[in-house]
Amino acid sequence: MDTNLVRQVLGQKVQFIHGDMACVYGALLAGCNFFAGYPITPATEVAEGMSELLPKLGGRYIQMEDEIASMGAIIGASWTGAKAMTSTSGPGFSLMQENIGYAVMSEAPCVIVNVQRSGPSTGQPTLPAQGDMMQARWGTHGDHEIIMLYPYSVQEALEMTITAFNLAEKYRTPVLLFIDAELGHMQEKVVIPEDDEFEVCYRQTVTVSKEEYQAFRPGNNAHPDRLVPEFAPFGSGYRTYVTGLTHNEAGLPRTNSPEIHDRMIRRLCEKILANRADMTFFKESYADDCDIALVAYGITARACEDAVAEARERGIKVGMLRLITIWPFPEDLIQQWARKVRLMVVPEMNLGQMIHPIREAVAGQCRVVPLNKIGGEVHTPGEILEGMVRAIEREREREPAAA
Amino acid sequence: MIKDAETLRNKYLRDAMFPTIFCDGCGIGNVLQYTLWAIDNLGLDMDRTVFVSGIGCSSRLPGYIKADGLHTTHGRALAFATGVKVANPDLTVIVFTGDGDCAGIGGNHFIHAIRRNIDITVIAVNNFTYGMTGGQVAPTTPIGSITTTTPYGSAEPPFDMSEMAKVIGAPYVARWPVTYPYQPIKSIEAGVQKRGFAFVELFAPCPTAYGRRNKLRNIEQAWQWYRDHVILLDDYERIQRFGSAEEKRSLVGKLKIGVFQDVEKRSFTDALEEQIASLRVDKPEPERQAA
Amino acid sequence: MKQEIRICGFGGQGVVLAGHVLGKAAAAYDGLTAILTQSYGPEARGGAARTEVVISDRSIGYPRIVSADVLVAMSQEAFHKFREDIREHGIVIVDPDLVIDHQVERKTYRVPATRIAEELGNKITANVVMVGALTSITEVVTRDAMMQSVLETVPARFKDLNRRALEAGFRAGEEARSVEATLALTGE
Repeated sequence: MDTNLVRQVLGQKVQFIHGDMACVYGALLAGCNFFAGYPITPATEVAEGMSELLPKLGGRYIQMEDEIASMGAIIGASWTGAKAMTSTSGPGFSLMQENIGYAVMSEAPCVIVNVQRSGPSTGQPTLPAQGDMMQARWGTHGDHEIIMLYPYSVQEALEMTITAFNLAEKYRTPVLLFIDAELGHMQEKVVIPEDDEFEVCYRQTVTVSKEEYQAFRPGNNAHPDRLVPEFAPFGSGYRTYVTGLTHNEAGLPRTNSPEIHDRMIRRLCEKILANRADMTFFKESYADDCDIALVAYGITARACEDAVAEARERGIKVGMLRLITIWPFPEDLIQQWARKVRLMVVPEMNLGQMIHPIREAVAGQCRVVPLNKIGGEVHTPGEILEGMVRAIEREREREPAAA
Repeated sequence: MIKDAETLRNKYLRDAMFPTIFCDGCGIGNVLQYTLWAIDNLGLDMDRTVFVSGIGCSSRLPGYIKADGLHTTHGRALAFATGVKVANPDLTVIVFTGDGDCAGIGGNHFIHAIRRNIDITVIAVNNFTYGMTGGQVAPTTPIGSITTTTPYGSAEPPFDMSEMAKVIGAPYVARWPVTYPYQPIKSIEAGVQKRGFAFVELFAPCPTAYGRRNKLRNIEQAWQWYRDHVILLDDYERIQRFGSAEEKRSLVGKLKIGVFQDVEKRSFTDALEEQIASLRVDKPEPERQAA
Repeated sequence: MKQEIRICGFGGQGVVLAGHVLGKAAAAYDGLTAILTQSYGPEARGGAARTEVVISDRSIGYPRIVSADVLVAMSQEAFHKFREDIREHGIVIVDPDLVIDHQVERKTYRVPATRIAEELGNKITANVVMVGALTSITEVVTRDAMMQSVLETVPARFKDLNRRALEAGFRAGEEARSVEATLALTGE
């Protein structure tokens, strides 16, 4: 899609829009030309924005009968070569899980926006929560890796949606873009980037003849070591057979071969894990001058920024690590921080989800303390500061001799 | 012109996929043959035709055909196919599905695909059972049938997929048993040519999972069962209107076959493309004014 | 500088749009930072509506307002609901025709926005009159920025109407300011 045309359709360069709309803008700038979705609070505005803007750019919008169908439709579209996206929230995200696995298995690039709301079940439809963190990682059955990005501002939502498409295309895999319900409906300034300010990636197209083509053979003649296969869209004459069954490099079902399954699944995981450096995004503050760390993500990190500023004024040496890439989990990064702090405080709008992989990575090198809040309200900076101070005091009581 | 199976096979099928998974006496092979025959009659460009399926025995069919194929998740073939067709309306999209896939787990997609009137052709293989999982009761299983999950006979009335497609408004609906070789070919041809949703339901025997529990294990018995239980739509309606009481009684338990619907109706795909064409900002100015 | 502004009223008054043009004026045209949050849900139609805007000359972390520096109330119900939550040095701006009882121990400005809008020919612009008044009372954003923001937000055919509404709002704000100053002098 011509980015100049996209900018023309988006209008003014500086705007005041909500997070849901920022995802729409990002998607269009990334070249998204297909959207299928189903209305759900608080993600409906993504679908509404797409339904308005996509046709102006020649793209296709369709409202499906449910989220299962939406996920199916974007995979179908992806196999015609489209850059496809859907958006949803908790209940819909649950329904999408099986087909997300299909996208992983069939290496169909696509982007799924989940505007996180409170659950389980219908929960608090309009209110924010961060309860889908583990579902994002393990929601679909079977061994797999998933990429998930979690922006915390309207501007970052735009930028990370572009990145989500780029990663989906490069690694031929579904990418999850999470924002909080709070951000989805929160308006903030956004500056629409110029072409030289962002990259747009496309899946590797086929370079071999039809005779030589194997749809799921990783790499190509020039780059045999690449873990991602080349792509020939439906209708190109390459006649690709795509199945969710375990398949060989030609795409044909081979369900009884332990070797083929092992080789295939390990490659699907490895194509993501081997490229962590390309997909791990985070922000640090006071990283070299702290003995306590706040580790946060999404909207919660905004309250943390205020809390850090206040704490530093009070002489508390706290630093902050904000995770933008949630999955694949940045273990090395957590380990680096664990080596330099004595205490890690993890505020989450759930009863403790990301604290588990954090603890696993920390492996006892420092104390890790949860700071959980549920009920539909974002932690206030005061609550975070207070929770942090409490954790510090408890830490002192625990180690009187060392202090 | 008579087409022999070997010619069709060499022209359209993937050697690497043989032998098929289908059991002796299974009717899915007939469905494949009729489909290829129709495709050959139409001269469809197989580089521009996509076969989509869900899960089940019949959903394995795209794997055998040398064309783009999308073997998706259970019940969701129509959702994926909708994505394919909307994203690239120039492609011909043919869906293979089964009765469980289409009327059971995929029922919601089925009714909405018809409602939209998306331009795809659905070939639904109805064998009255979930064959791949060993023969459980399906939404189409005739009442009283013995299956592995209705060991005392099914008490559930079945769905009639073709009647359903007709009342929801599919512009082309036809049903035949595979025991009729000619009509399914003609109906598949008509379905593919129809601009809009075409539904071709084919009764196909499943001797292994359904037949052996219902005295239809032997292929001859199975084919005879269809001969005894189907009635042409015209005959059915004639008897309903003018038949004697005895003739009317004979209709009980009969399955109507024939072309249920054949009308023209604007397809969703065409309507959407037209709308997009009028909204695109990159359209040349004069053309936009004309629209 | 950090200002936390709560605009409230009932559904249909364009309260969220008022917040939007305010935030946009600050963020897009005055080079400030702004965040708008809103209550959302079934109550979005009819009943109480509110929006909250934080404006700062620095980056804003936590997006919600903690306590209002400015409360703009366009319905009695909304006024009663939020009058307790105003900072000590905060101010209140009310439409006195809609908020008849507006007793509160804070500096209070009376802006008959709905009446002014009706006089201009369309009471739908009461929200724009109100943000105009808010602009000249608080000076949290410049009038130029607010004018640009409003004109960039409304559909082309309503630009003129809204320009007049906003200008009337600026004037109404000035008047309310001088009335308030006089009242303060006379000790009322």
